[in-house]
Amino acid sequence: MWASLASHLAYHVTTVINSVCVCVCVCVCVCVCVCVCVCVCVYRKIELYEMGWSLRDGLKECLVAAAPYGGPIALLRQPQRPSSSARPQLEIYSSSGANMASFPWKSGPVRQLGWTVCDDLLCIQEDGTVLIYDLFGAFKRHFSMGNEVVQNQVLEAKVFHSPYGTGVAIVTGASRFTLATNIDDLKLRRLPEVPGLQGAPSCWVVLTQDRQTKVLLANGVDLYILDNTSCTPVVRQTQTTYSLLCLIILALSPLTVCVFQTPPGLSPQACSIVNMAVSFSYKYLALFTDSGHLWMGSANLKDKLSEVDTKVRTPPKQMVWCRRPKSQQPSVVIMWDRLLLVAGECTDTIQYTLDEESVCVAELDGVRIIGGSRHELLQEVPSACQDIFKIASMAPGALLLEAHKEYEKSSQKADEYLREIKEQSVLGEAVRQCVEAAGYEHEPETQKTLLRAASFGKCFLSNYPPEPFVSMCRDLKVLNSVREYTVGIPLTHTQYKQMTVQVLIDRLVYRKLYPLAIEICRYLKTPEYQGVSRVLKHWACCKVQQKEEPDESIAHAVSVKLGEAAGISYSEIAARAYECGRTELAIKLLEFEPRSGEQVPLLLKMKRSQLALSKAIESGDTDLVYTVVTYLKNEMNRGDFFMTLRNQPVALSLYRQFCKHQEQDTLKDLFNQDDDHQELGNFYVKASYKEKKLEARLSLLQSAVDEYNKAKNEFAAKATEEEMKLLRFQRRLDEEKGEALLGLSLQETLHALLTSNFHKQAEQLYRDFRVPDKRYWWLKLTALAEKDDWEEMEKFAKSKKSPIGYLPFVEVCVKQHNKYEAKKYVSKVTPEQKVKAHLAIGDLEGAAEAAIERRSEGEISTVLSRCSPTTDRALLERLNRARSTAAKK
Amino acid sequence: MSAHLSYGRVNLNILREAARKELREFLDKCGGSKAIVWDEYLTGPFGLIAQYSLLKEHEVEKMFTLKGGRLPAADVKNIIFFVRPRLELMDIIAENVISEDKMHSPRDFHMLFVPRRSMLCEQRLKEQGVLGSFINIDEYILDLIPYDGDLLSMEDMHIDTTHECYLESDQTSLYHTAKGLMTLQALYGTIPQIFGKGECARHVANMMLRMKREFAGSQTQILPVFDSLLLLDRNVDLLTPLATQLTYEGLIDEVYGITNGYVKLPPEKFSAQKKQGEAGKDLPTEPKKMQLNSAEELYAEIRDKNFNGVGAALSKKAKIISAAFEERHSAKTVGEIKQFVSQLPHMQAARSSLANHTSIAELIKDITTSEAFFDNLTVEQEFMTGVDTDKVNTYIEDCIAQKDPLIKILRLVCMQSVCNNGLKQKLLDYYKREILQTYGYEHMLTLNNLEKTGLLKPQTSTRNNYPTIRKTLKLWMEDANEQNPNDISYVYSGYAPLSIRLTQVLARPGWRSIEEVLKMLPGPHFEERQQLPAGLHKKRQQGENRTTLVFFLGGVTYAEIAALRFLSQMEDGGTEYIIATTKLINGTSWIKSLMDRPEAQS
Repeated sequence: MWASLASHLAYHVTTVINSVCVCVCVCVCVCVCVCVCVCVCVYRKIELYEMGWSLRDGLKECLVAAAPYGGPIALLRQPQRPSSSARPQLEIYSSSGANMASFPWKSGPVRQLGWTVCDDLLCIQEDGTVLIYDLFGAFKRHFSMGNEVVQNQVLEAKVFHSPYGTGVAIVTGASRFTLATNIDDLKLRRLPEVPGLQGAPSCWVVLTQDRQTKVLLANGVDLYILDNTSCTPVVRQTQTTYSLLCLIILALSPLTVCVFQTPPGLSPQACSIVNMAVSFSYKYLALFTDSGHLWMGSANLKDKLSEVDTKVRTPPKQMVWCRRPKSQQPSVVIMWDRLLLVAGECTDTIQYTLDEESVCVAELDGVRIIGGSRHELLQEVPSACQDIFKIASMAPGALLLEAHKEYEKSSQKADEYLREIKEQSVLGEAVRQCVEAAGYEHEPETQKTLLRAASFGKCFLSNYPPEPFVSMCRDLKVLNSVREYTVGIPLTHTQYKQMTVQVLIDRLVYRKLYPLAIEICRYLKTPEYQGVSRVLKHWACCKVQQKEEPDESIAHAVSVKLGEAAGISYSEIAARAYECGRTELAIKLLEFEPRSGEQVPLLLKMKRSQLALSKAIESGDTDLVYTVVTYLKNEMNRGDFFMTLRNQPVALSLYRQFCKHQEQDTLKDLFNQDDDHQELGNFYVKASYKEKKLEARLSLLQSAVDEYNKAKNEFAAKATEEEMKLLRFQRRLDEEKGEALLGLSLQETLHALLTSNFHKQAEQLYRDFRVPDKRYWWLKLTALAEKDDWEEMEKFAKSKKSPIGYLPFVEVCVKQHNKYEAKKYVSKVTPEQKVKAHLAIGDLEGAAEAAIERRSEGEISTVLSRCSPTTDRALLERLNRARSTAAKK
Repeated sequence: MSAHLSYGRVNLNILREAARKELREFLDKCGGSKAIVWDEYLTGPFGLIAQYSLLKEHEVEKMFTLKGGRLPAADVKNIIFFVRPRLELMDIIAENVISEDKMHSPRDFHMLFVPRRSMLCEQRLKEQGVLGSFINIDEYILDLIPYDGDLLSMEDMHIDTTHECYLESDQTSLYHTAKGLMTLQALYGTIPQIFGKGECARHVANMMLRMKREFAGSQTQILPVFDSLLLLDRNVDLLTPLATQLTYEGLIDEVYGITNGYVKLPPEKFSAQKKQGEAGKDLPTEPKKMQLNSAEELYAEIRDKNFNGVGAALSKKAKIISAAFEERHSAKTVGEIKQFVSQLPHMQAARSSLANHTSIAELIKDITTSEAFFDNLTVEQEFMTGVDTDKVNTYIEDCIAQKDPLIKILRLVCMQSVCNNGLKQKLLDYYKREILQTYGYEHMLTLNNLEKTGLLKPQTSTRNNYPTIRKTLKLWMEDANEQNPNDISYVYSGYAPLSIRLTQVLARPGWRSIEEVLKMLPGPHFEERQQLPAGLHKKRQQGENRTTLVFFLGGVTYAEIAALRFLSQMEDGGTEYIIATTKLINGTSWIKSLMDRPEAQS
């Protein structure tokens, strides 16, 4: 497959690269350009292609649908004589008439064909079923326009495009409209009933206005606007003023606030509207009446542009708008069996005779006319082209072109022309015109001539920006290569700019023109991510569907071709392979995916959960790991699940986290399985805090002790045992003495006991729990002070030598505002703490004495900082003296 | 409002603007009037991105705090939940939605996951049967929030890094860190050099490199703003956060706690500043809330000073301001007076800012001059200089006996353990027993946690390598100059934070000079290079400084930030630093996040 593509590629490489600025492409078509003028506008009809198809009866008896932007053409040929045996033939062609698909139609009768924005073919059947096929006639999917349709049948259908995508509108045998604005996000809307409508309306169109999709329909003389909620008649009042009939609209429905205007200035003799058309942008509306009048105006029916009497009373076969963005005048192309008529703002019209059955396709900037043998483009001649090519034009561009022609001939006239341009200082304008005009020309030779002239003119300009010229050369090169007969996308420059390169690449990809698409991406230097990689991905997705090739070779081919291309999503390709039932291939392809995160969902879908788990872990995305873990949990039995986790520590710790918050019991099982006794111990300890009943709490703690012992954590086991001992002690005391000790810490318990005069019990706890002397002394000291039990304190101080010294005694007394008691202990304080003790009781003299005695500079300073210069002057002097001597030392 | 973010070397406002844009886009996706239901944790960090006015512009009419039961009544079309992806929150939301559905009120529900959407949570919503009720489920990627012109924090939005990552080896936060760094690189260009130290740092770097591979091709072509990235695992430097910070901002955080750039202060000191008419009426009882960032000129000037230098700075500033006010007397001509008046608002702002900071400084001074503060600091400094770290410390003993706050005890014990490279089993058990007996046995689990993280540990080898580290890295500087610092050690009045020394040495002369010490510190150290797309190599001007992003995994203190700012400002430093972290911490909040039942500890 790739080999054939490669040869294809080689061909295109030469096409795209062989010239410096403009592609010398051998154009198969012969351009026949006839310019005709109507009012101030000039129109031209260019032949795009000579159709490559061979249709026996032209387009007769065919349902035809051609997509805009040079899209494909679908034909459904009805058998000559409807018999049960003969089936209609569905054929798909490129714009140049190259066959892309052809197969007998086996489903129900088709009412309408249409193309989506993604180049998919919609076949709307009589029973309301819409079948979707791709460009190559492969069935993709189908949907229905509602149950009601099955009975009543579709009378008429239209496919329309809006910013929301491709939509379908139908009218049923019961004269009801149903709309789907976007077939990819199908939401059917049944529009309200139209009063008095029997069967199909005489004509109707779908409009998109103010983000709303509406139907405008004519039933004989009446015009209606149908939206989601209401049907608003566009009422005509026959009130004559001066020469025109003034029509006023009344919005009858109470639900709608907006008032529509009737087509202003529609002539009185107009009775029945037989055809209507909206412009490509939904801005303009054209109405054709049975009196042969054509009314043109804005689609909101507020303004009239013009009215033309075509003098043809037969209802037209087709009517389309023909205008370009920024055009001087809009016009409408009306087609009858043998006649094509262009009507503009003034009463003149242009007429063309048609020699074969044709179909008109509205484009952004013109109308394509597809006939049995030819494919033409009818458009208003852009002003740049007019200026340059008009006979005897003196426009700057025309002069420049002339100058260049003379220059080529080595004639000195070149200089004259140039001089003339320069004198008017319009050389810049001339270059701009030539560049612009080149964009509008289809013939590569003409493009080249214009661009050469522009390039020539540029030489005489010092600061002309190169971008417009360069990008035009690039655009034309791309355009010429896609207009090429074998590709068959007759895009104009205006359309190309509107559609963007991205979409063009997509279209090429839909046509499986991968090499050309890649070549264009490379040529335009589109970032790999959006360009080449995307094309390659599509190619690979297509490749994996080739059933006959073995997995190995496909995987190999894909990896070789895609290689290190940036931003390739292998998982998407793998997903496609999986959809085609090639699981093994999908797994092989996933191996190439650099983003492990991307692999996971598909692996889960394919039930490769173990692999999914390791990929999830690799990605580092914990949410992904959680997802797989939850999946595994539901899928596996508990034992296997735990075993799997055991081999994946990251997943295990995450799962533990999850259990900690959500499933405590599972957490225990996990620890048990791992023989993690330390964590089990912790688990029991934690559980014990949640337990209200003491017995249960104790038994949980006992379990914790056992586990800690198993974990050889002596300290924890012992501490927990102590805790149990304390709890039991507290309970006993609470029961015996009515204290409320339960839950207090050992320290708090002791404190409570000491303050409540349970000295004996306190002593017992002190011994049993081997409370360090120091802490016990502190505790007792504070407890006694808080009770103001100074006598007991004094006894306590004398009971034996204090392990915490006597400064705490001083401080605790001071804290309880008892300086008197505090003084008793000052003398007992060690010399180092003397100063502090004196200061604590506010005895500056004493402090000073002690500090001077110790000859400590720091301490003297401390005392000094407490002295006030007014009251303690003598002391200050002494201290200062002492400090200086201490410092000298 | 956010101008101060753009003054620094790197314009962090770009990041904020990107976040705001995304928020606006999401809000516009839900057309019509809206009510936001907030996960309370998010309101603080969100305040740094967008004020209420922005929300209001996008038709947000009501805001509620997420809680169980029914939603408060609100006449709006859309209800939007702003939540972290947590299962327990999903249950509450389900409850809200179900009760709302029962009322048959025609409302559109939307969900915005911050910082990332989670399949696990969506699964939970599905189980609860409410997933279908949501029209939009989206994610708001808010990893690194700009806190100041040179400071980014993730503020542990997703998960408590210290607790989950170091205790439960849950690497979620590391994944988010890596993602955040990728976002940063998308805005500021690929960082060519990555250095790191520690297990977590290695892990983050690996994930970053992997992600870069994964997104190859979609890179933005931006000239790199950062020259290098340094990933530092908090595990490498457990000591620094334990020490009491001595910079102005550090002390405000130590004493009052700064959350999301705001501090709540006791109101008494500030009452006098009210206008005279109101002053007499009543003393304010609500704490005074103040925003602290470099938008305030004076604060930017003094925040990173050692507290002992703040007084002088304040009085200098006072003189300048009063001199400026005096100028009005010399203003004679109309032009001069006009000029004076035009400066008046700025001067008045400066004056009120000065008054505020004088009050704060007074509040803090009351604490720093207290004996308890002094004793505590003395012990800390003894440990840091290696005095008697292997013996029972009497001060700790006394504090336990007097039942000082547990966190204070834990900070000190941990510090002793860290400075001694672990405590002898006997000593460790003694401390533990003292703590359990005094504060209750339930703290056994907390102690267990501290042991798991290595903050407390039994000494395994006989050799204590802390002194070597201290000497090689010059962690203790005897003559720290607090007024006019010449070394980073001023932020702790002597102790130079290890993490910052590592950063400093990396810039000059490079880590190769301290290989030995690096080996002693836990975890691997590494250097990685990221290929830059051709044409994006920076050409450095002569004398142009390098810009380094220092990312602290597991938290950073204000004192460390101050030290880095000091290095940035050094004239011959040659490197400017931008700081990023998972969370702004101090010793207290850090230990708290490691406690088993912090709520039990009042």
